[in-house]
Amino acid sequence: MGFLEVKDLKVHYPIRGGILNTIQDHVRAVDGVNLTIESGKTYGLVGESGSGKTTIGKTIIGLEKATSGEILYEGENVTNRARSRKKKYANYNKDVQMIFQDSTSSMNPKKRIIDVMGEPMRNYFDYTPDEIKRRVAELLDIVGMNSEAMYKYPHEFSGGQRQRIGVARAVASDPKLIIADEPTSALDLSVQAQVLNFMRRIQKEYDLSYLFISHDLGVVQHMADNIAIMHKGRFVEQGPKQDIYRDPQHIYTKRLLSAIPDMDPSTREAKKIERQRVEAEYDAQETEYYDTDGRVYDLQEFRGSHFVATKPEGPNRSLQNEAINTGGEA
Amino acid sequence: MAVERNLLEVNNLKTGFRFGEEYHNAVDGVSLTLKKNEILAIVGESGCGKSTLATAIMGLHDPNNTKITGEILYKDLNLTDLNEKLYNRIRGNDIGMIFQDPLGSLNPLMTIYNQIAEALIYHSDLNEKQIKERVLELLNQVGIPRPEQIMKAYPHELSGGMRQRIVIAIALANKPPIIIADEPTTALDVTIQAQILDLMRDIQAETGSGIILITHDLGVVAETADRVAVMYAGQIVEEAPVDVLFKDPKHPYTRSLLNSIPHELEEGEELHVIHGTVPSLQNLPRKGDRFRPRIPWIPDEAFDEDPELTEIAPNHKVRGNSWKHFHFEGEEK
Repeated sequence: MGFLEVKDLKVHYPIRGGILNTIQDHVRAVDGVNLTIESGKTYGLVGESGSGKTTIGKTIIGLEKATSGEILYEGENVTNRARSRKKKYANYNKDVQMIFQDSTSSMNPKKRIIDVMGEPMRNYFDYTPDEIKRRVAELLDIVGMNSEAMYKYPHEFSGGQRQRIGVARAVASDPKLIIADEPTSALDLSVQAQVLNFMRRIQKEYDLSYLFISHDLGVVQHMADNIAIMHKGRFVEQGPKQDIYRDPQHIYTKRLLSAIPDMDPSTREAKKIERQRVEAEYDAQETEYYDTDGRVYDLQEFRGSHFVATKPEGPNRSLQNEAINTGGEA
Repeated sequence: MAVERNLLEVNNLKTGFRFGEEYHNAVDGVSLTLKKNEILAIVGESGCGKSTLATAIMGLHDPNNTKITGEILYKDLNLTDLNEKLYNRIRGNDIGMIFQDPLGSLNPLMTIYNQIAEALIYHSDLNEKQIKERVLELLNQVGIPRPEQIMKAYPHELSGGMRQRIVIAIALANKPPIIIADEPTTALDVTIQAQILDLMRDIQAETGSGIILITHDLGVVAETADRVAVMYAGQIVEEAPVDVLFKDPKHPYTRSLLNSIPHELEEGEELHVIHGTVPSLQNLPRKGDRFRPRIPWIPDEAFDEDPELTEIAPNHKVRGNSWKHFHFEGEEK
């Protein structure tokens, strides 16, 4: 059982227009998503831009409002309550933290690091100033930084260092879940390696869970235990990492995986042919995997904990087969 | 037998930016050649000087704040000597340019047709009918569906992948022998990236032009390049054909970089991290091996006073001799 459950989450934005500025339609950014988060695990959320992956993260932490659906934390309904100041939800606010892509804009430039990192501690714990100082030094040490760093301002650090401070700040309130939204997308390869290593180390130390949101399939493969692939606001495939990477079932997953550049130049031509084949398959089988409105089907169990969004079997499918048959006879 | 002439030759190019009264070189003595029919990738992390190099070749640096020395030889011209007016004739006609941000490189107030036509009007004497034919031909070449309609659209009406195709069409308009692409797919999703890279290779095979591809992404290099130059702190540290570079990298920086690519790990294993950080331009030590501070476990005698780029095998160049003594930390040589 997970400590955090997301049930049939929907986030729709109205599109207004017309003379009276009435609601004409909705953008379905997230359209019916289920997710269970267990402690100590990393969940990868992968998709292209506009797939809704960031919206899910923001809704869980309360930066976006859910249109419908539920977010249950330890059995308690916390949907759209995350920013509430009521005591009842304080635990939730403390236990779910976030790391953002852009480390520069996620820190107050006028505050020193000790104040930036001390804020969650002052909010949730009764530390004395000395204790805060000790704790900040401890956290900085975990992310490989000198304790002198606490008296500096954010602009005095490089991007990689700032992102490590972002990780340390997220850990400061002793959370259970960290939502990491593209935490390394703005970083160079060697710096990215550093941040990812620290994230894994901290995870072990504090038994943390990550919801790791990224468009980079290589990074997700490195970090995640479980992966959900998103398209058009819905999950097209969900399951253990190995199943998704070695045995992708949904046509969109296949397309995404075949597009990852390979580090072996000698397979270039073969890869290109494979990519074109998958692309053609995608175009040909689109109706098999998306309904008439272009919506992704509901997830069906494929094997064990591996789920794929396919056309529901049963009356629907047989009906269609029949239609084809009669068509052939006539 | 005729020796194949280099399309472009860069000799000991230095590009310095002004800080107060002093100039600090972001590109510090780069020499390279570009041949017909090849894609040369220049790869490195942010601050290594790769984009500065590209900008210098395109002549887009602000002359008030930069100092460029060395040669950029194209045909019988040294591009570093050209004035703005002459450079305008080269840019777009002889050198096509593709930038990272397609939205930023297109004029939001002009239709797609006008933007592509502009390049043709400026550099050729085609009449209106010929221009229209050529624009349609270009849109087809870069794989734009329904070109007749798209041509009347404005940039904001198109998706990121489509916009980048338009930018490529503009770069190709005058069939330039040289194309410089600075991070052409960095802003795009991976499926669109694959399409754009395939397109660039197809176009290169069709037109026989030479392409300089600037990127930080080793995956993009592996997918597209014929030859690769790796840059660190303003210098080329290794240059090799693409298969050699990935199979048998020599320079410590190249090896470290390849080793820090995320992949599936064994339990307890960590990604390779390069020690320290890239020094800023003003603090960059200009003497000795520039990568030395980042591999402190290698003994002093392994480094040269003044590491030179030397050919260690046909077409494979490595800077200095430190690679002969290099091993990863905690690993036996």
